[in-house]
Amino acid sequence: MREFSQHRLRLAGVLCLALTILPAAGDTSARVEKIGHKLICMCGCEQVLLECNHYGCPYLTPESAELTAAVDRGDSESGILQSFVAKYGVTVLAAPTNTGFDRIAWIMPYVALLIGVGSVVLVVRNWRGHPTPAQAAGSGTKGTPDLARFREQARRETDL
Amino acid sequence: MSQVGSFALIVALALSGYSFLGGLYALIRKGPGSAQLSETARRAGIASFVAVFLGALVLVVSAFRNDFSIAYIYQHSNRDLPLPYKFATLWSGQEGSLLFWSLLLSGYGLVLRLRYKTDERLFAHASVVIAAVQVFFLLLLNFAARPFSIMQGNIPADGAGLNPLLQYPEMVIHPPMLYLGYVGFTVPFAFALGALAMRYPGDKWIHITRRWTMVTWGFLTLGIPLGAHWAYNVLGWGGYWGWDPVENASLMPWLTGTAFLHSVMMQEKRGMLKTWNMWLVFTTFMLSIFGTFLTRSGVVNSVHAFAQSSIGDWFVAFLAIILAVCGYLYWKNREHLKSEHQLESMISRESSFLFNNWLFLLICFTVLWGTLFPVLSEWVQGHKVTVGPPFFNNVAVPFALLLLLLTAVGPLLAWRKTSFESLRRNFLWPAIGALAVGIFLVATPAGWGGPFGMRPWADLSYLYALMTAVLGSLVIFTVASEFIRGGRVIAGKTGRGLAGGMVQLAHRNTRRYGGYIVHLGIALICIGVLGTPLNQSSEKEMGFGDKLVVGPYTLVGRSYTQEENPNYSSDIAIMDVYKNGRQIDTLYPESRFYAATQQPQHIPTVRSTLKEDLYVVYEGQNQDTGKPIIKAHLNPLVSWIWIGVLVMVFGTVLALIPNSAPIRATVRDSVSARDAMAHPAPVGAGD
Repeated sequence: MREFSQHRLRLAGVLCLALTILPAAGDTSARVEKIGHKLICMCGCEQVLLECNHYGCPYLTPESAELTAAVDRGDSESGILQSFVAKYGVTVLAAPTNTGFDRIAWIMPYVALLIGVGSVVLVVRNWRGHPTPAQAAGSGTKGTPDLARFREQARRETDL
Repeated sequence: MSQVGSFALIVALALSGYSFLGGLYALIRKGPGSAQLSETARRAGIASFVAVFLGALVLVVSAFRNDFSIAYIYQHSNRDLPLPYKFATLWSGQEGSLLFWSLLLSGYGLVLRLRYKTDERLFAHASVVIAAVQVFFLLLLNFAARPFSIMQGNIPADGAGLNPLLQYPEMVIHPPMLYLGYVGFTVPFAFALGALAMRYPGDKWIHITRRWTMVTWGFLTLGIPLGAHWAYNVLGWGGYWGWDPVENASLMPWLTGTAFLHSVMMQEKRGMLKTWNMWLVFTTFMLSIFGTFLTRSGVVNSVHAFAQSSIGDWFVAFLAIILAVCGYLYWKNREHLKSEHQLESMISRESSFLFNNWLFLLICFTVLWGTLFPVLSEWVQGHKVTVGPPFFNNVAVPFALLLLLLTAVGPLLAWRKTSFESLRRNFLWPAIGALAVGIFLVATPAGWGGPFGMRPWADLSYLYALMTAVLGSLVIFTVASEFIRGGRVIAGKTGRGLAGGMVQLAHRNTRRYGGYIVHLGIALICIGVLGTPLNQSSEKEMGFGDKLVVGPYTLVGRSYTQEENPNYSSDIAIMDVYKNGRQIDTLYPESRFYAATQQPQHIPTVRSTLKEDLYVVYEGQNQDTGKPIIKAHLNPLVSWIWIGVLVMVFGTVLALIPNSAPIRATVRDSVSARDAMAHPAPVGAGD
């Protein structure tokens, strides 16, 4: 029984490894597709290179051909992107780089995320630490029971 | 004709000006005669609708009559343009679309002013605000972007024609829907500003505002996907959302408007977040104006380049005035917006709304930041960078996934406090179901196509897709469990079946269950979007009998034909579609050439199923070989996006219908009210 379990474990391990490696092996067209979506067509349409839909676009064919040739040569992704920047300028990249001032583009949303979390936590702490006059006066649970008011509050808060 | 139109717009400006100034004076003065002055201001506002309507009518009739003496008609129409597109000329260019803005605003103003008996003083305040906004747009129409400008020199025999991209049926309905949404946010803004200015007692204004917001939000919810559907069916790149600045501009007010529709419940039920709600309404309106500014000013590069000009300064000034007025009135009346209750537990409906609002605002900020970063970059570095889909997909998508999680969890939390036992009871089965969906998608063979056989470890986009599938399923299961639980109770009491019980349940609390259906629509849209990383495409020069394979489909070039009509000539490819060796369809991708504009345009053809879309584009001909170039895309699950939108619209309409009968909660004598308040039942309730 134990041997059988170990065999199954080994088999599962091999399967997991195969599943991990197989997609990573990626063919040329997959790389072209992936890198082509990180570049912009320079015809002025502002669209991703492989999605430029302009009839007879003068940039689409040469840019795509350069990309395919570079992938065929086995150039690295960063090398291909750098060669496009050298030729067409930084606007050829579909997203800001993660260097210099451009890094701010990537950082700011996460800064806003942290500020948001901090603000919500502060608001919640403040609220819980300083009850409203209505709550402090015990209108919620300690005062004279007023069934009509409680009913109305329950109705509003539960929607029943 | 042009003189009539110009005169109508001048009269409209005068009437709106009087409605604004007269109404404002009557509100400030509050002396004898102010009621009469306010009434004349209201009537002037109503009359301004007639004048603006006349102006719009003149422009449309001029398009139908091919009156090319009017520059706008010459630039956006031609004799052979089909009649529906001549009607759409009204919003096809800048001047016309500003006139359309003004027409819709005066229409909303008309409804508001006719319903003034609801609350005369509040409606008088709102009427003044609407008149002020109307004055701005009429100033633009009379001095900066005149739709009735006359052509210089000889009158041309024919017009320059409408942009071919706009000659598609959806362009007749997409802009009006979008504009009804944009413009409609003026009404909640007017009520909010009016209520703040007059320190409105009670929360009646928030009920009125919520209802108006829901209507306009519904229009925007329909308008944005209609634009996506148009892009999908016309632009020919195989996608529906490209994070273009103008697309982003429409998304931002939708996000803040959605946040408001959630947080307003905290104000209605618990008297909380009054300041926050006020500013959400203000922000939503300002983002609507900002969206119009982005569309018209040319401050950022966009594929929507057909309506740009230099009226951006007007919008910047207007936005500054709005901000100053809102800021001043808030500062002056901020004491009026104190909360009545505070948060009692982190695990409660209130806290889920807090996080939900924070995420909506965060996504909105991310979209705004990405849209404007090229401008900032040019200002700081001297050159523009491109902020395209890779940025938004990497940054906004994770935030949206968090929001999807809250969409599933939030509605099942109780107001004030939720016990862990209640959480476990409500979420156990939906969570197990969602996990099962995720495991199933990973475990199935990739050969099944579509979303099956996902490998989340292979690529970040697959991981996002899998998370979307799991969280979308969680939303669907939680909504279903809510309907089933409530339906069972009603079925048990009334003797109806479960389905009948669920229908009655929805009728009894349309707002709550309409909201759940909207959430269901969101989940379906997410399922449609998760197929994006699995898209495939293939391109080939195709002669007669040549084959192009994409996924399980084989396209065979049967023949090519040409057609011609007065508006355009077209080359059409006739492609037989085979699957598993059997012919299943014939598709007709088309390439048109429009005579008036001398512009070509692809018209893709789409074979749509619930599992995937086969999307075929006639890209043109190879100049050397003369062979047509065909590109085929295989886009999994796209249909679910359009289905999800329809479900959302249905949910919105349901939420607007009044409840069929009030449900009375019975309080057992044996349970004291004090005990009931101390140990609130773990209801999974709320809108």
